Amino acid sequence: MDEHRAALTGPNRLPRWLVPALAAAPVAVVATFFLWPVGTLLARVVRPGSVGDTLSIPGLGDVLWFTLWQAVVSTVLTLAVGFAPAALLARYRFPGRRAVLALVTVPFMLPTVVVGAAFLALLPDGLHGTATAVVVAHVFFNVAVVVRLVGAMWAVIPPDLPGAARTLGASPAQVLRHVLLPLLRPALVAAATVVFLFTFTSYGVVVLLGGAANPTLEVEIARRATQLGDVDGAAVLSVLQLVTLAGVVWWSSRAQRRAALQLGGGSVPLRRPRGRRERGLTVAVTTVTGALMAAPLAMLVLQSFRVGGRFTLNAWRRLGEPASSRPGSGLGVDPVASLGVSLRYALVATTIALVVGGLAAMAIASARRHGRLLDIGMMLPLGTSAVTLGLGLLITFDTVPYDWRGEWWMVPLGHALVATPFVVRAVLPVLRAVPDDQRAAAVTLGASPLRAWWWVDARQAWRPLLAGAGIAAAVSLGEFGATTFLTRSGRETVPIAIGRLLGRAGALPRAQAFALATILLVATAVVIALVDRPEVDRAGRS
Amino acid sequence: MRRTVVGGALAALLLLAACGDDSGSTATSTSAEPADITMVVYDSFPTEGTPLNDALAAFTADTGIGVNLVVAGDAGTMVTKAVLTAGNPEGDVMWGVDNTLLSAATDGRVFEGDPTPVDDGDVCVNYDIAWFTDHGINPPLTLADLIDPAYKDLLVVENPATSSPGLAFLLATVAAQGEGGWQDYWRALRANGVAVEDSWTTAYYERFSGAGGGSSGGDRPLVVSYASSPPAEVVYADPPRDDAPTGVSLGTCFHQTEYAGVLRGTDHPAEAAQLVAFLTGVAFQQELPLTLFVNPVNPDVTLPDVYRQWAAVPTDPYTVDPAEIAANREQWQDEWTNIVLR
Repeated sequence: MDEHRAALTGPNRLPRWLVPALAAAPVAVVATFFLWPVGTLLARVVRPGSVGDTLSIPGLGDVLWFTLWQAVVSTVLTLAVGFAPAALLARYRFPGRRAVLALVTVPFMLPTVVVGAAFLALLPDGLHGTATAVVVAHVFFNVAVVVRLVGAMWAVIPPDLPGAARTLGASPAQVLRHVLLPLLRPALVAAATVVFLFTFTSYGVVVLLGGAANPTLEVEIARRATQLGDVDGAAVLSVLQLVTLAGVVWWSSRAQRRAALQLGGGSVPLRRPRGRRERGLTVAVTTVTGALMAAPLAMLVLQSFRVGGRFTLNAWRRLGEPASSRPGSGLGVDPVASLGVSLRYALVATTIALVVGGLAAMAIASARRHGRLLDIGMMLPLGTSAVTLGLGLLITFDTVPYDWRGEWWMVPLGHALVATPFVVRAVLPVLRAVPDDQRAAAVTLGASPLRAWWWVDARQAWRPLLAGAGIAAAVSLGEFGATTFLTRSGRETVPIAIGRLLGRAGALPRAQAFALATILLVATAVVIALVDRPEVDRAGRS
Repeated sequence: MRRTVVGGALAALLLLAACGDDSGSTATSTSAEPADITMVVYDSFPTEGTPLNDALAAFTADTGIGVNLVVAGDAGTMVTKAVLTAGNPEGDVMWGVDNTLLSAATDGRVFEGDPTPVDDGDVCVNYDIAWFTDHGINPPLTLADLIDPAYKDLLVVENPATSSPGLAFLLATVAAQGEGGWQDYWRALRANGVAVEDSWTTAYYERFSGAGGGSSGGDRPLVVSYASSPPAEVVYADPPRDDAPTGVSLGTCFHQTEYAGVLRGTDHPAEAAQLVAFLTGVAFQQELPLTLFVNPVNPDVTLPDVYRQWAAVPTDPYTVDPAEIAANREQWQDEWTNIVLR
């Protein structure tokens, strides 16, 4: 009975011995494939005086300032743009719901190279190379994070809560402010954190759309390491970036814990919008969001059918025979094979991210003080520059018995490191919202603490786990930074193959790059549709 | 349904185990043969399906030495990685260190002995032939022409801090104007409306009006690219065409040479040296023009017609000593940033 009581009271919801056991795998993965390599790199390259030298780089202040403000502005705008579609997609069932969901999520995993090109075609010339272009693209890329993370939370808010508030005479604005926002706060903080991490460390978007005058810290780190060979300077800046982001994550993790409210009942079935107001709102938001998200994508598809200034199927027809344009010539890219590679990596990376992230989230939700430490630890890879991590992995895993630097699985593992935080962020708010009395009821009815936890906590985690899986697969499919560092011969992923095609002059390679990007777009949409399927089935049954 | 999935997974596992056994037994039985080796390459080197790869396969057939390719990233990243792993390298041979990075590699003691030149090429201003014909203006020929008001707002260049052709073009201006004079030249270029992009891809595909035979919709008829971009425009034209839509301003070129060498710390120095020798032979060199779009260094190679006809050959391109580049590159890039971007 005492044991049962221990399981019921306080945050430690699992038998105490199980928490470290759950945490062991995530801790081992982060320690082995993140802390060790980054630590090795720092120990190897940083000299006394490196820090002073690096911090006195002329123009560093400008870089830091631009990095910070564009991230803040991008995050705020992304939350604003994503809020309404998140609510509608989590609540209502309507024709085209899955299409809109896919449309919102797909941009997240497109290679920046390609979206950058599409945006250049879309935006007026005056905006090329400006901070505005960077912010607009950041919003486009990251709306998915808000829609999925906030949506997962919204889906478990019982509709009778706002309904009761309305009955008691609250205006819609009051309901939003006093009922919905407090309930959603953990998910809003989680989404804001992820978007901030992404935009603070943004690389491809900034390089392509920001022009040469607006580098972020991440761009500066990559430039120092790869163009200047200044690895110690790059390492020092990486640590600076990491410390900043760890601070942000620490704050966010605290805010999420404080804001966590317990909700009963699990996810709420989708329903059709009722009444003219709901229907009108659904149509309006869906149309606007859909149009905004579709414009760059449509441009992309269009470009794949335009070669040499006219419409043609040639880029598509010749995707399968890329080697010979004229006798003796060759692009050295096999688009079809790259698709297979990308899908395989996405599968492996998603599996790793789900296992590691799922275990971590359960451990974090159950542990007391050390939970936050684990939480921050899981987020760190997301805030680390791909260059730094890549170089660290290279010089760490270079001797037998762990000479792994040429192993194929390093690539999906790198993807998984980046994707895991999304799984944690998706699952954690929902786990924390599970009310104690449900567990108590289960135990009272004779379930062991473990069984109670399984039936009550774990079974509510499947929906956010699916949301996390969707994002993880997306991260892996579109990953460009770490992959370029870890990729090995004959195993190009689709984004790499696209980058390769865009690196060659001529009409055909460019159109083929866009054709390949279109395939990636469709593949991603299919993956998302598959992942989201159970949710739809269940809604259909209810 | 579930049972089939489990069955499939089991079958896959068994298959994997069988494969594992297989490779184990072959590894023991082939110990007397020459070792397989690994060549580290930059990311534009094709890993399969091109005549270059066929040539490497022929090398393997002749010598018994298998060649694995490891893509290390762009050329700068490749050298950074090689310096960090010097003495315990990722492979046995490295392909493609150019003269702007050579000193970094040799100072980092990356190579065993001296690396060998394997190909060369030039970074030059390319022009959109149709645009200049339509406007009745002669295309510029020299660096001095580019600051002529007649060519105001026509040129797009790459940022030398983030792009290797951008750096090469900066070095051309350093060689032409001297260490104390290039700064004024760039001030004049800026006054003449030069546009800057961070990557070659953006500059060429998005800004250059001649890219893809004029299909890009770019607004600038002059771009910093390669002397071999015009033949690439012909080879990858769609619909096919026999003449190049772009030309090369021969007085704006910077000469690049790429090197290959045996990596220090290799376990297979003999096989690695054999491969480096093969890389400079006719069989391999003759495939370079239409796969990497660079000039072979072997004088016995006959160039393909399309390449010979459309690739520009500057008679007196600019160049800068690798040691001088290594000593000054960062300072020049910072100075350039202050002059052109701030």
